Amino acid sequence: MTTASSADHPTRRDFLFVATGAAAAVGGAAALWPFISQMNPDASTIAAGAPIDVDLSPIAEGQDIKVFWRGKPIYISHRTKKQIDEARAVNVASLPDPQTDEARVKAGHEQWLVVIGICTHLGCIPIAHEGNYDGFFCPCHGSQYDSSGRIRQGPAPANLPVPPYQFVSDTKIQIG
Amino acid sequence: MSGPSDYQPSNPALQWIERRLPIIGLVHSSFVVYPTPRNLNYWWTFGAILSFMLGMQILTGVVLAMHYTPHADLAFKSVELIVRDVNYGWLLRNMHACGASMFFFAVYVHMLRGLYYGSYKEPREVLWILGVIIYLLMMATGFMGYVLPWGQMSFWGATVITNLFSAIPYFGESIVTLLWGGYSVGNPTLNRFFSLHYLLPFLIAGVVVLHVWALHVAGQNNPDGVEPKTEKDTVPFTPHATIKDMFGVSCFLLLYAWFIFYMPNYLGDADNYIPANPGVTPPHIVPEWYYLPFYAILRSIPNKLAGVVGMFGAIIILCFLPWLDSARTRSSKYRPLAKQFFWIFVAVCILLGYLGSQPPEGIYVIAGRVLTVCYFAYFLIVLPLLSRIETPRPVPNSISDAVLAKTGSRSTPMVSTAIVLALAASLFAGSIDSAKASEGSDQPPGNKWSFSGPFGKFDRGALQRGLKVYKEVCASCHGLSYIAFRNLAEPGGPGYSVAQAAAFASDYKVKDGPNDAGDMFERPGRPADYFPSPFPNEQAARAANGGAAPPDLSLITKARSYKRGFPWFIIDFFTQYQEQGPDYVSAVLQGFEDKAPEGVTIPEGSYYNKYFPGHAIKMPKPLSDGQVTYDDGSPTTVAQYAKDVTTFLMWTAEPHMEARKRLGFQVFVFLIIFAGLMYFTKKKVWAASH
Ligand code: FES
Repeated sequence: MTTASSADHPTRRDFLFVATGAAAAVGGAAALWPFISQMNPDASTIAAGAPIDVDLSPIAEGQDIKVFWRGKPIYISHRTKKQIDEARAVNVASLPDPQTDEARVKAGHEQWLVVIGICTHLGCIPIAHEGNYDGFFCPCHGSQYDSSGRIRQGPAPANLPVPPYQFVSDTKIQIG
Repeated sequence: MSGPSDYQPSNPALQWIERRLPIIGLVHSSFVVYPTPRNLNYWWTFGAILSFMLGMQILTGVVLAMHYTPHADLAFKSVELIVRDVNYGWLLRNMHACGASMFFFAVYVHMLRGLYYGSYKEPREVLWILGVIIYLLMMATGFMGYVLPWGQMSFWGATVITNLFSAIPYFGESIVTLLWGGYSVGNPTLNRFFSLHYLLPFLIAGVVVLHVWALHVAGQNNPDGVEPKTEKDTVPFTPHATIKDMFGVSCFLLLYAWFIFYMPNYLGDADNYIPANPGVTPPHIVPEWYYLPFYAILRSIPNKLAGVVGMFGAIIILCFLPWLDSARTRSSKYRPLAKQFFWIFVAVCILLGYLGSQPPEGIYVIAGRVLTVCYFAYFLIVLPLLSRIETPRPVPNSISDAVLAKTGSRSTPMVSTAIVLALAASLFAGSIDSAKASEGSDQPPGNKWSFSGPFGKFDRGALQRGLKVYKEVCASCHGLSYIAFRNLAEPGGPGYSVAQAAAFASDYKVKDGPNDAGDMFERPGRPADYFPSPFPNEQAARAANGGAAPPDLSLITKARSYKRGFPWFIIDFFTQYQEQGPDYVSAVLQGFEDKAPEGVTIPEGSYYNKYFPGHAIKMPKPLSDGQVTYDDGSPTTVAQYAKDVTTFLMWTAEPHMEARKRLGFQVFVFLIIFAGLMYFTKKKVWAASH
């Protein structure tokens, strides 16, 4: 038998063993991929994460609404003049997460604050129009956000994030 | 697992563990140094294949359970969404569903191997009985798993099988109610089946551990049925058996992958693509192929209780096999008569399986009774008698003698298998023709489909035209509720851009809500929306269509098929013929005739269609020449419409078909190379020990 004689050549035999082992490893790794990939969001979830339109016209001054986008609550606040002034009067350098109010709203639409309503501490939902800074208050561990959604006091390390959005018209925004 | 281990690891950390929990020693003695008879043939690798399949089923099952919803209203849809939306969901589902068939196929080979070589005989009785218990657990698991997709066969299969228990005297009805958790098969039944379907495989794994334990105490049987005596009779498990088993598994994977990638629905029943409907029973209720022989026994006995007893008895009797067959010689290799009767028994089982798939009428009933008698006679008469009257051929002194004496006689089992199969095939071929003749319905001409075969792809033009036909004609009555507008822009689909799909969606009005005021409202469709149904609910659909609700078309090509029984199975296996469904749909669309032929009367309010089973269809002829305009110059004929819309419906039934075939090709290339490498490695390993 020809194969039996090649048993005397350890290099050839080793090559065979290594090749088989390598093929098994590659095949195993490739076969693993579907089992990992299936955990990622499925196609319907991704499609449902498409941008949403929100009509701002029914939101009166001083009011805010909560909408959901990608399973997250988005606060849309129609801020009063007082709230805007408060937010802009703060010394930015003194903030834990320094950011100007201008950077957090769209120019020309200062009265609209759009933030993801998830506390940057451990993910609870802060309550709007509560707390010491005329902004948001997270009851979980007592984080206080101001009327620009910036962290002012408490354990949360960062400001409430601003989701991607733009004004489609003066009274309509598209989130996402 | 046989006695204390003399394994001493050199690594101090491992030594520390080994003194406290000798698990490494256990593995070492069971799967490394464990002496394996050196004459084992490939029928023995089915043990490894079964372990592999059990692992595979548990793994894929755990994953599928992450995406499945065990609720009567949601189960069917959740399975469809697994296949359509979950990343590789179609693959995982096929692996699990085809895996069940492969698992049973392997277990039958394993059991028949045990039967042929007398693996149940002293001292392996407990090993054998544990195996029967595993088999019973597998049957229960497989049955409950089949119920979970909550299709028509699932629902009615569950109804029929649970009703078996009503045969029990006095308590029957109460037991059935107890099993259902209600007045009929319903949501509580589905919930408990899901729970148990998840639990039982772990019980199986537990009994498998006992099975392997018992195996390692008694030692493996072997084709010659003589116990290993000297060192020369055995080889160490690793690497010899390990590599051989791995080669066996990789060959088995080729078969498994063939089903996963090329004919995933072939072993399932088309009716299970129709959502469960407690108001309508399918014309024939058939279990999955692996239960058919027992189903045939059940139906052959014309008494409810006796039928149930017969069916369960057919399995339980296996437990008594070690005592029914008291012959001293283990292996049928040395028992000329036993060998012949074994193959007759295999043929009886195959034929019973075939009868189980046929309607219980005429010749099938009589044949079923004869074969049921044969089945039991094998255990109760033939084996006990043979062990008294048969003179076996002399058994070799030792395994190494047998290995040395090995000549051309090895091929006999193969020859017998071929003879049995040929016999079975010719019988089936004959009966299928007569069955067809008695049905009397016209078989439509087959179609050429661009998507058939291993490299088939959808014809984009046909998909786009078919969508147009659907939208302008079919959509007035039929929904397409498993297809989202976004699917139109996905790879493998009609080839639209994302913007085109969005524009297409916005033409539709979709009901949404409730809004802040609590009202429902209409809005333009978005890509994430599903094609809306033309009717708000089933009742409205029935009312508008003379009592017959038009079926949803998303799965119609999978939910319809023509009968293609045994002899065709062989051809279909190689040609991957999966096109019964699309042929059916396109034939029905073209089969309308203005007048029923002479002598045929059809009920009031229905129409004559030569290809529709029973010929009377409630749907009026939906298509006529020139009805839909095509921009691409394709002929605007009914034949073309039928072909295009069927192609489109085939795509809606399986949007990932192209991905499936593409990945299948890659997997095959890999597996063939891998099996080849395995083969040569195995040869090298074994060459050293000869
Ligand atoms: S989560 Fe908001 S303060 Fe802790």
